[in-house]
Amino acid sequence: MKILVAIKRVVDYNVNIHVRSDNSGVELNNVKMSMNPFDEIAVEEAIRLREAGKAEEVIVVSVGTSACREQIRTALALGADRGILVETDAELQPLAIAKLLVAIVKQEAPMLVITGKQAIDGDNSQTGQMLAALAGMSQATFASELLLGDDTATVTREVDGGLETITVKLPAVVTTDLRLNEPRYASLPNIMKAKKKPIDTCSPEDLGVDVTPGLKILKVTEPPERQAGIILETVEELVDKLQNEAKVI
Amino acid sequence: MDFEFNEQQRAIQDAVVRICRAFGDDYWLARDTDGEFPEAFVKAITESGWLGIAMPEAFGGSGLGITEAAILAHAIARSGAGMSGASAVHLNLFGPNPIVVFGTEEQKQRFLPPLIQGKDRACFGVTEPDAGLNTTRLETRAVRDGDHYIVNGRKHWTTMAQTANKILLVTRTTPISECAKPSEGLTLFYTDLDQARVEVRLIEKMGRKAVDSNALFIDDMIIPVADRIGAEGDGWKCLLHGLNPERILIAAEAVGLGQVALERAAAYARERIVFDRPIGKNQAIQHPLAVNWMELEAAHLMVFKAASLYDAGKPCGAEANTAKYLAAEAAHQACQRSVLTHGGMGYAKEYHVERYLREIMIPVIAPISQELIKSYIGERILGQSKSY
Repeated sequence: MKILVAIKRVVDYNVNIHVRSDNSGVELNNVKMSMNPFDEIAVEEAIRLREAGKAEEVIVVSVGTSACREQIRTALALGADRGILVETDAELQPLAIAKLLVAIVKQEAPMLVITGKQAIDGDNSQTGQMLAALAGMSQATFASELLLGDDTATVTREVDGGLETITVKLPAVVTTDLRLNEPRYASLPNIMKAKKKPIDTCSPEDLGVDVTPGLKILKVTEPPERQAGIILETVEELVDKLQNEAKVI
Repeated sequence: MDFEFNEQQRAIQDAVVRICRAFGDDYWLARDTDGEFPEAFVKAITESGWLGIAMPEAFGGSGLGITEAAILAHAIARSGAGMSGASAVHLNLFGPNPIVVFGTEEQKQRFLPPLIQGKDRACFGVTEPDAGLNTTRLETRAVRDGDHYIVNGRKHWTTMAQTANKILLVTRTTPISECAKPSEGLTLFYTDLDQARVEVRLIEKMGRKAVDSNALFIDDMIIPVADRIGAEGDGWKCLLHGLNPERILIAAEAVGLGQVALERAAAYARERIVFDRPIGKNQAIQHPLAVNWMELEAAHLMVFKAASLYDAGKPCGAEANTAKYLAAEAAHQACQRSVLTHGGMGYAKEYHVERYLREIMIPVIAPISQELIKSYIGERILGQSKSY
């Protein structure tokens, strides 16, 4: 069985991000970039499945500029077998990424696609779902546990009310939640081995996918600064403020 | 000229930062208090294969250069592990170099894999109570007796001898009076640290309590000839080979420690409110931190200049010494300024920066003093008379 893992290059979670002064987006110049943490969990899960003998090959795919090679290489250092980069400088929205992934799924015919439930840059949480729908695959999102059968996957999902367990037919798309596993870190010998693993490159044109954005971003602004709180003496005062100032009751 | 790390170097830095993240401030504060060797940290580093970073691939290493080893050492110190973390693995990064360069195939096969796998732990017996920077004056004697040498003498500042099972030991095999030059007649061994013949006495010290430094009293220690590295009398030549890498690594560690001290100072200056404003709004607080940043950046560049020269096989004595000097100065200033920025809190252990200040004295003092580096530059680069 082949497992395809989709990963995204995003601003490192430790970085304090700033909005560009022209409000066109977030400042990415000289900012440390890393693999989306949810995607790291996806890579880890795929490698564990291969180590457990449930899969033969783990393929990592990323979509974006040539710089994404670095995150693919990181996944290879963690243990993935080979990489694919769909290289483009275009601005990419979830639908375009999902369409590109569908094309890769058609090429590689994996039984399982694992990816993060969302990327920490846009926080859209759309790509996995769109991919499943467009490719006609089952989907199990927000997974906190994944058990692979012969032609099914049993997935425990983190939902609002608690945990939900579902069984889906393969091929399926699984998106990972935080508690699915704790990713390993790359060892030095594996970093060295990763250099020799292949990364194939193609373009959206090669795949026949139009990546023109369907949404237009008008403006990006910083969230309003949080005001200092106040300490109230009585419950009456609190009720009064909630009613008349905050107007929430 | 390219001042950027390549993709693999960034991957190395990232991976080390991640390992170190599991060993936070509380871990290092606890080791500084209880003095226990950071076994869990060293295990994590060892299991991920980092000890062999600069060792040949044929013996289980990764065959990378001092540049990569410096990235590793810097990332460890920078994580807040400081010299406690860096010293615990430091010796493995460059220490076995004489074995790599001068050892026989049999010796490399016997010695290197267990070191890289962390099965053997080595300490370094060079300095003596009466021979510090003037290494050629060392008096520990090794006398040949058939297939063995019998060794007697004292060593000082031997790091990790409490838990090491191996020692890289420099001895005098020909009395200095019979040598044409003081650098002759020295011989290097890599052998078992036989605790029955060597008394290891802990030296209580200012900082880095978790990584022991010791006085060694060697009494009729027997070393097989098979454990001699290089020819008899070639010890000085073997030693010289490791000096520049050691200075480069310790400079990288100093920069890392200075940077974490500065980061803490900057964070505190942003958050600490006095007279209704963050103290960092005062230029008297802000400007010294800015200077610390610039000095550390400059030192860091010199570290990697020296490392890339070394890796290219070019002479790098002036650069390695300069890197050590600049890094120690910049980092010492940064650590001191960090304590001052924290005010009274800087003196409290829970803010960690007083520990950094105690630890940064190590790269200021060792492995060569700042004064002797100035003498070296004065003499070798500026053509002045030898001043000592």
